[in-house]
Amino acid sequence: MPERTLAVLTLDGVRVMVPAGTTVLAALQNAGLSPLRRSLSGEARGALCGMGSCYECRAVVDGQTVRTCLTPVQDGQNVRRLMEVNREV
Amino acid sequence: MKSDPWDAVVVGAGPAGLMAALTAAQGGLRVLLLDSQPTAGGQIWRGAAAGQRGVAGDLLRDAASHPGITVLSGAEVIAAAAGKPHVLTVTSPSGLTHVHAARVILATGATERFLPFDGWTLPGVVGAGGLQAMSKGGLDVRGKRVVVAGSGPLLLAVAAGLRQKGARVLAVVEQAGLPQVAAFGVAAARLPGKAAEALGLAAGLRGVPYWADCAVVHASGQNQLQTVTLRRGRCEVTLTCDYLAVGFGLIPETRVAALLGCSLDAQGAVEVNVWQATGVSGVYAAGEVCGIGGVDGALLEGFVAGCTASGQIERLHDAPRRAEIQRRFQSTLERSFALRPERLPTPSSQTIICRCEDVRHGELQPFTNWTAAKLQTRCGMGACQGRVCGPATETLYGWKFSGVRAPLAPLPLSQLLSEPNTLSPP
Ligand SMILES: Cc1cc2nc3c(=O)[nH]c(=O)nc-3n(C[C@H](O)[C@H](O)[C@H](O)COP(=O)(O)OP(=O)(O)OC[C@H]3O[C@@H](n4cnc5c(N)ncnc54)[C@H](O)[C@@H]3O)c2cc1C
Ligand code: FES
Repeated sequence: MPERTLAVLTLDGVRVMVPAGTTVLAALQNAGLSPLRRSLSGEARGALCGMGSCYECRAVVDGQTVRTCLTPVQDGQNVRRLMEVNREV
Repeated sequence: MKSDPWDAVVVGAGPAGLMAALTAAQGGLRVLLLDSQPTAGGQIWRGAAAGQRGVAGDLLRDAASHPGITVLSGAEVIAAAAGKPHVLTVTSPSGLTHVHAARVILATGATERFLPFDGWTLPGVVGAGGLQAMSKGGLDVRGKRVVVAGSGPLLLAVAAGLRQKGARVLAVVEQAGLPQVAAFGVAAARLPGKAAEALGLAAGLRGVPYWADCAVVHASGQNQLQTVTLRRGRCEVTLTCDYLAVGFGLIPETRVAALLGCSLDAQGAVEVNVWQATGVSGVYAAGEVCGIGGVDGALLEGFVAGCTASGQIERLHDAPRRAEIQRRFQSTLERSFALRPERLPTPSSQTIICRCEDVRHGELQPFTNWTAAKLQTRCGMGACQGRVCGPATETLYGWKFSGVRAPLAPLPLSQLLSEPNTLSPP
């Protein structure tokens, strides 16, 4: 069994606790935040491939845009969806 | 800067890469095993723990503890140049690294083929293998209603896997006809060990409808998937679901191979000889990058590549016989799940084909090839660099995807501005 230690992270400003070994993508999806960005024509888009090839799961983690399906959760991470980031600018 | 080269660098830590690394290290080579995923295991063994019961646990443990193997996870090869030595450029959270390699073993596996239909861009429409990968990464699917659709035996593995995690699989929807699926089942059952596996799978899927000869028509919802419509015979069926997990088979992931100058066969797989050597001196390939054939074939090819690269020819006496069995299985797989145009989803002129740049079917129809379409419409020029729309346009329009260029992934600015490290063997 994987160990059940928890990481505390912030998803769009909300603090959540998730098991270590989870991807940032799964943390977002489990929190109900599965639309991650808006497309050029304004459609809501979410993750597709789960393995690093579609780039649909990008989000800003600690200031860097990353593929969240390839990013393990870490204690203290600050995660923001592109949807939220772009709404502000 | 020149550094001491590794005897072998294995790209990809799935079953093929793990086996190749272990075998090569047993032959005395100093091996670097790289993978872009946060942990080793590849697609099928994602999230498996070293030392857990079974082949995956054994191999993960043996590779991690072998003194001749250095494992580097979260490290993606973004550039590669063949030479003496070969040079790979790797990006990871700790920066850009150059790796020099006397030999390279490519075990980059495969990606899923997605075909566009109206609604496929809604959140909740995901790859079939994709949803499996997400659930292995911690996505909670308990109680979720899932329709698994597309083509190939992966659909069954995915449906069983999701169900085991508590999802409600409403149906498995396969474009191939029932006789073809049955022929595949018979061929699979003849392989050693496969009959028991198939029975296990069948037990895991008891009560789930399996609809062969069935097509995805469209998905609908407001900002999120709500329903999927399928065509069964002359009827249309609409199911309400939380996820549509849809994939139309796998495609070899040949980008690093292309940068090294390896040639590809008609199916788009890396061409190798019986010893898993490519046409490029010192470059070997193993697993699904050489053709889609499942985990057993990947393990065998990894073993052969590891032996060849390290000169352990005496260990290969049984390999040609095992490879022949595997090849027969692979050709039945290809025949059984060959995509049938009349059973594939059909895009409307408004359907998005390139998700990164929002290019629609209607905009692409005037073009006759990938390059022209790319230049005129930006299809394939977005973040994924044609990884999703390339294979789709190949199936839809018969275009040949071209133009693999380094870097294979966009780089963080901080890495572009800094001097790369080199990583030498211990
Ligand atoms: C999304 C997905 C899910 C799947 N799930 C299942 C399943 O649940 N059950 C099942 O029976 N089969 C599954 N399969 C089929 C599976 O691909 C094979 O059975 C088996 O894993 C093939 O082994 P392999 O070693 O050839 O490749 P893989 O296991 O695919 O391993 C290839 C590895 O190479 C890495 N890689 C690729 N390019 C680079 C690069 N440039 N730099 C660094 N690393 C790189 C990848 O991250 C990957 O870990 C799945 C396939 C896919 C695409
Ligand atoms: S979901 Fe496709 S890259 Fe992460």
